[in-house]
Amino acid sequence: MAEIEQLGVEVVAVSVDSPEQSKDLQKEAGLTYVILSDLNAEAIRKYDLLHSKAGQDGHDVARPGEFLVDSNGVVRWVNLTEDFRVRARSEQFLAQARQLK
Amino acid sequence: MQRKRNWNIWIGFLLCVVGFLSYPFFFAQYPITRDVPWATFLIMAVGLLFLVSGLRRAFGRPQEYKGKIAGSILGVLSVAVVGLFCFGVFYASKQLPKSAGAPQVGQKAPEFSLVDTDKQQVSLASLFAAQLPATKKPPKGVFLVFYRGYW
Repeated sequence: MAEIEQLGVEVVAVSVDSPEQSKDLQKEAGLTYVILSDLNAEAIRKYDLLHSKAGQDGHDVARPGEFLVDSNGVVRWVNLTEDFRVRARSEQFLAQARQLK
Repeated sequence: MQRKRNWNIWIGFLLCVVGFLSYPFFFAQYPITRDVPWATFLIMAVGLLFLVSGLRRAFGRPQEYKGKIAGSILGVLSVAVVGLFCFGVFYASKQLPKSAGAPQVGQKAPEFSLVDTDKQQVSLASLFAAQLPATKKPPKGVFLVFYRGYW
């Protein structure tokens, strides 16, 4: 986490949780990165990550997706896992982050 | 003659349950045992071997060993536990939508404007305009992590 920031990369998490829920999560888990609230799944739809009715009570949620965006707004690295259990490993991502100018 | 207690059946069942629980509570935290759950499968496989050996005793040498009834019940339960785990790992966790329209490497990341935990509007552009505390410079990159959330 700290290593990512030292490389000049800001970590931003996005979910359909409300700002209050995310704030609780932030406090409980001691998170320092930005958490954005996408209640109506606007950004989630733009990134085609909607997992409709997959949440509790049939709520729409985001499927996992990770994007490294450079300062020109261009995507430099993407991870769209096909398995909920399998997530990106930090070394794969850090290698890409080091190449950013 | 007093028949012996058939411990292998119980050990086998216990190992299947321990194996099942070990994944969410322990092995899933480490990528090396999470992505391919070999450690969990190993525990379960040893458990099933114990069970098979216990069942062979119970049915092959019933004069010596107990465990026909308990062995049958625990055998079915163990297979169910292992089956449930396989279902979760090989099927349930893969039920994610394809996301064919997600931005690819080299494409422009779609702009968005959302609220942070202090209800302040944050957009992709505003993130690049602000300084990063760690470097005292605007970020070179933004790592966007979309996740399921509480819901």
